Amino acid sequence: MEKVKVAILGSGNIGTDLMIKLGRSEILELTTVIGIDPNSDGLRRAKELGYTTISDGIDGFLKTPELADIIFDATSAKAHLYNSKVLKEAGKKVIDMTPAAVGPYVCAAVNIQEHLEKDNINLITCGGQATIPMVHAVNRVCPVEYAEIVATISSRSAGPGTRANIDEFTETTSRAIEVVGGAKKGKAIIILNPAEPPILMRDTVYTLVEEGKMNEEAIRQSIAEMTKVVQSYVPGYRLRTEPIFDGNKVTIFLEVEGAGDYLPKYSGNLDIMTAAGVKIAEEFAKNLLQKQTV
Amino acid sequence: MENNRDIIITEVALRDGSHAIAHQYTVEQVLKVAKALNDANVPFIEVSHGDGLAGSSLQYGLSKTNEMELIEAAVSVADKSKIAVLLIPGIGTLHELKEAANLGAKMARIATHVTEADVAPQHIAYAKELGMETVGFLMMNHMAPVDKLVEQAKLMESYGADTVYVVDSAGYLLPEQVRERIRALKQSVGINIGFHGHNNLSLAMANTLVAIEEGATRIDGSVRCLGAGAGNTQTEVLVAVCERMGIKTGIDLYKIMDMAEDIVAPILPVPQEITRDSLTLGYAGVYSSFALHAKRAATKFGIDSRDILIELGKRKVVGGQEDMIVDVAAEIAKNKN
Repeated sequence: MEKVKVAILGSGNIGTDLMIKLGRSEILELTTVIGIDPNSDGLRRAKELGYTTISDGIDGFLKTPELADIIFDATSAKAHLYNSKVLKEAGKKVIDMTPAAVGPYVCAAVNIQEHLEKDNINLITCGGQATIPMVHAVNRVCPVEYAEIVATISSRSAGPGTRANIDEFTETTSRAIEVVGGAKKGKAIIILNPAEPPILMRDTVYTLVEEGKMNEEAIRQSIAEMTKVVQSYVPGYRLRTEPIFDGNKVTIFLEVEGAGDYLPKYSGNLDIMTAAGVKIAEEFAKNLLQKQTV
Repeated sequence: MENNRDIIITEVALRDGSHAIAHQYTVEQVLKVAKALNDANVPFIEVSHGDGLAGSSLQYGLSKTNEMELIEAAVSVADKSKIAVLLIPGIGTLHELKEAANLGAKMARIATHVTEADVAPQHIAYAKELGMETVGFLMMNHMAPVDKLVEQAKLMESYGADTVYVVDSAGYLLPEQVRERIRALKQSVGINIGFHGHNNLSLAMANTLVAIEEGATRIDGSVRCLGAGAGNTQTEVLVAVCERMGIKTGIDLYKIMDMAEDIVAPILPVPQEITRDSLTLGYAGVYSSFALHAKRAATKFGIDSRDILIELGKRKVVGGQEDMIVDVAAEIAKNKN
């Protein structure tokens, strides 16, 4: 099968986990890993696995842009502002793993089909990737007035970037619950738990459906279907218990165990981001290949 | 004003007490309480949802009245007292902090779990920029060893906090543990040290006195123990005890006694006492605001609320994880059947 060439920009934890996941893709061909530190663990591993490595960053890559059509940006929100600009000029599609949100919010299980022609999409947040599918699952059968999510992650899996700018998580996720999930109003809370051994990512999704519109059976079924969709690209995504119904409130308890590719299994919050990134790139690739054959 | 005080008391009934009344404060209640506290010369009055700014949620309980209206009300009647707000990063954001500051809040207490101070620098820096006095509020203090506490307190100091608090959110600490903690901080940080107690083991007053003895100068109390769990160090009692000990609080004893009896007591649905649930919080080391939620879950699932709280303690659940209560309750109920 013909493959679409991709590159990873950023050789940190996220970039390296992406590298391992991309090695399994049947439709994406990872060619290049781009970093800024030739001695980083990520670039060393990439070299060992036979990928082209570029250690002078995005500008180095732009000297040989034919190496990839889709780029994962796993750097930082600040760096993404420049990267997105020059990659757009070079005609590349970009999966933005940073909180920069230059492009539209995309949740892999919900709205990728609407954005296949965009040159830049944003992955929201880990909490968003985990919970918005459930908000959408309820909203598509019973309109959601209000949705609130609580993401609890192990302290060890919250990096310095997340910590230094924790408001970004709550604000971005809240907005995406509305824009992508379809709730009229959204709210997000994040909690760091330092317990050892580290806990798996847990998410609780509360939704209030419009008065008189509750249909428990339809919601149960929609949630079950959506769980399977997310599991197709995040195998460790599961309901901890059956959804709880209370008047017009539905509470959904989730747990996300990572695949343990490069990142440890408890980092379900990071795994769901890299898994969603690969899933979205695959949809982009299918679309690109289809256009070529037409 | 502050020259006449050996310790500076922050009254938390209008924030921590919000838990005890399921976040149902009205503007009228806040006006009355804040005015009376101001008349009694209480230096700081904290007003926010129990879980801090933006805490109103299905997770913690929806506020009956928008907290910004409550803050505005408190500011309007406080010409001597300053209004403080609590903010837990991950729940509240700079946006709410600014709104509160614009309404006249003068102190920002930025609260994190005792090991997670590094989510606070942005909020502390911004509060400073807004001209507020800042506090680093290290919650669930008993869950970290003393050296870890010291490290985290130093971080708070480095971010620009004016004060760092030992917050015994579970009411779990014993007096000697409080002594060890305050003493270690006194030796390692240059900023003010504060103590916030909960009375779940009937030790809030003893712990507070030990903290003062070791050099804490910022102390939290709640009139009539109007706080989460069994409440906090009872402010009017603390004022009386301090007076006997020659520690100046600057608070008028008769006035604080009167307002506790005449204004605050009628707000409480039942008088604060150490119920078996509150006692279990202190015994198991669980966040005090979990009490009412656990009681509700126990009724819903037909189980003993103590079993829920003990299990939560075992799982090392931190503040804010109220969603674990229903989760654990459902699990206990399932295993029982």
